[in-house]
Amino acid sequence: MNRTELKAEVEQRWPGQAQCRFDSASAMCEVTCARAALAELCARLFLEWNFSFAGLIVEEHPEQWQLRYCFYGEREAGWVHVLIKAPLAERTFPSIVKFVHAADWHEREAEDLFGLKFEGHPQLGDFILHDDAWQESVEPMRRQFDPHAAMVHRKPDADWRPRRVVQEPGAFVMPIGPKYSGVTESVHFLLETVGEDVIRSTPRLFYKWRGIEKLAEGKTVDEVLLLAERFAATTAFAHGLAFCQAVETICGATIPARAGTLRVFLAELERLRQHAGAIQEICESTALVVANSQAGILEEDLLRISGELTGHRYLFGMLAPGGLLSDQPSDACRKALAQSQQVLKQLNTLERALRVSSSFLDRLEEVGFVALKNANAYGLLGPVARASGLVRDLRRAQPYSGYENFDFEVPSEQEGDGYARLRVLFAEARQSVRIMEQAATALQNGSVREPLRLGAGAALGWVEAPRGGAFHWVRLDESGRVTRYRIVPPSYANWHGFHLAVEKFAFQDFPIMLSTFDLSVAENDR
Amino acid sequence: MSQWVIKGIRTGIKTTAYPTQAETGAGVSPGLPMAGDFPAGEIAALMARCPTGVFSARDGRIIVDHRLCVHCYRCVRGVTRPVGWQQTYEWGTVRDGQHEFGQPFHRSIHVIVVDAGDCGACLNEVKQLNNPYYNMHRLGFFITPSPRHADVLLVVGPVTDHMRFALEKVYDAMPTPKRVIAVGACAVSGGVFAESFVCSKGVAAVLPVDVEVPGHPPPPLAILHGLLVAVGRKPPSPPVSASSGMEISAAR
Repeated sequence: MNRTELKAEVEQRWPGQAQCRFDSASAMCEVTCARAALAELCARLFLEWNFSFAGLIVEEHPEQWQLRYCFYGEREAGWVHVLIKAPLAERTFPSIVKFVHAADWHEREAEDLFGLKFEGHPQLGDFILHDDAWQESVEPMRRQFDPHAAMVHRKPDADWRPRRVVQEPGAFVMPIGPKYSGVTESVHFLLETVGEDVIRSTPRLFYKWRGIEKLAEGKTVDEVLLLAERFAATTAFAHGLAFCQAVETICGATIPARAGTLRVFLAELERLRQHAGAIQEICESTALVVANSQAGILEEDLLRISGELTGHRYLFGMLAPGGLLSDQPSDACRKALAQSQQVLKQLNTLERALRVSSSFLDRLEEVGFVALKNANAYGLLGPVARASGLVRDLRRAQPYSGYENFDFEVPSEQEGDGYARLRVLFAEARQSVRIMEQAATALQNGSVREPLRLGAGAALGWVEAPRGGAFHWVRLDESGRVTRYRIVPPSYANWHGFHLAVEKFAFQDFPIMLSTFDLSVAENDR
Repeated sequence: MSQWVIKGIRTGIKTTAYPTQAETGAGVSPGLPMAGDFPAGEIAALMARCPTGVFSARDGRIIVDHRLCVHCYRCVRGVTRPVGWQQTYEWGTVRDGQHEFGQPFHRSIHVIVVDAGDCGACLNEVKQLNNPYYNMHRLGFFITPSPRHADVLLVVGPVTDHMRFALEKVYDAMPTPKRVIAVGACAVSGGVFAESFVCSKGVAAVLPVDVEVPGHPPPPLAILHGLLVAVGRKPPSPPVSASSGMEISAAR
């Protein structure tokens, strides 16, 4: 469906209730709609017209609420932002969860942080602000909330109990975390069981919530870039890039060709390194010691390649709005490419060895199964979605930074089990090196940074981060300061769908399913 | 399964010679800005460029407080007069008080790692200590999941409100004698998250910290140095205080 068809369809179906406006600069169609039409319009986009849900962005303007539901389709379908507006006194909105299950956590978050109510949402409450530690009335993302005022923190309530769902005789909850196992991110799992199998799994997240979105308000673009790079640093470059692209769209800036190509090169180097890390985690979770060591060597090799090329092992301090903070000599890029090709060769050897290790395959095959229809409903992203046959990659669907000029494949599998996810990781690593090869030969001459003229406006930046699509919404005021910053990281969607993989499997498979999902808590918790 | 045995043997030894010898591989450390002489007219501009206040001036020289550096490279990239840069990694420093464990702990230390709001990078670098390049086991350091078995509490992240209670519980559950290592700029000073209304300004706001390892994230070798400092097998870097800052000569 292209935009003209979309406009005709929308205006014919909801006459007087929905107006379309095209914005050619940001490839976006803004549909302002009445409350009554919201749920049905979102349902059509998501369920019938094959749009993916990118996120709900709540903005509190001086006089009104503005709720923005972002959807994107393949290429010419572009972006559709569904907007509803309401006076500030209005606090209740219709829920779209019944049709767009992917919006579930977005509405819970808006309820928790803005105090909005969503009519028809099955489960609001205890989410980002844990009920056992926060007063109900605190709404930290509201304008009137002063983040610099002294906060009175309640001591966690020891008598607080999570909601239990399984009510069979003998059912109990196995709590895991937030501190568990060796070197792991902090997250709490409530695994409900009657014995051997996990019947229901509820991750309790946001132990690491740092309030990045509130922290960003009132800061300059340069200061917020520091936060964008540092809130989830294993994929720092991807998130920094999404933020820079949002700012560049607001300013109407085009970045120099050399900067665009270098951005692609570094983004793919990061993907390669992150995938090697994910593969190492999978080997570790299956206790295959030599493979674990081999993958660990390759991850460290790639960290060192990144460090040698850019000075920082996680690619900090490379990006700037308008291009790159510093140039990289083409020779250095070619050297990094040659080293990465060596690593890829060894990754391929590792994959061949893993594919014939029966004890390893036994633990991955038909474990942590996610069906395509569930992946669709939950709007899963990245390698996890592509392993279940949901093939949508932002580098293809809505190209940025010149990705349309690169020749690469989007690997996918159909099985949706742990092994399929592992194969997708290996295949994507190969594609990353393929893109790096093209980028290294295509490197243009010239500067890497154009000065920006910051002005008022708002825009969405998006990238295909190693773990999936990342969306950054930025609004600037006239002085170029950030007034609203909203991050929708890929792990947010994938954590939402993680319970699909775990349920009806035995406890001993739990760490394996966790590792094959390659989830980042830091990304999710923001 | 014999393929794995052969593969393992063929790979040979990857492990660094550190701490016996210096590690010279490329890309093992992001480095830190260096104190030293700086044109007097440009010091103010340099201090303004740094988002976390690493630099201060004394007698026409710049003083560097490494604890605050978040590796944004604003002081070296895209500027006409970059500051000096050192590719070191022995960054472990000691907070006030006694820090050595004494003889019984010299060879076997169990470390519990708590993520108190870290961005993933520090934790990933801690994880690298178990890969063949660093192999912390050879030095007698072991990761334990249980606070009851732990001698050292290694904390990453600025300590978010939701994690404060869990962190205190871990510390209380550890037997004495025990030591706390704050790893990374966030754990040391709160880093870029220090201003947040849901973060502490580092671990020291919650627990008594013995050893600090700056860096954002500190590379694995720096964390290893921090552990060696905690057990008294390596001397700490010169002590820092937020007011005077740390000076390191270019030769180091």
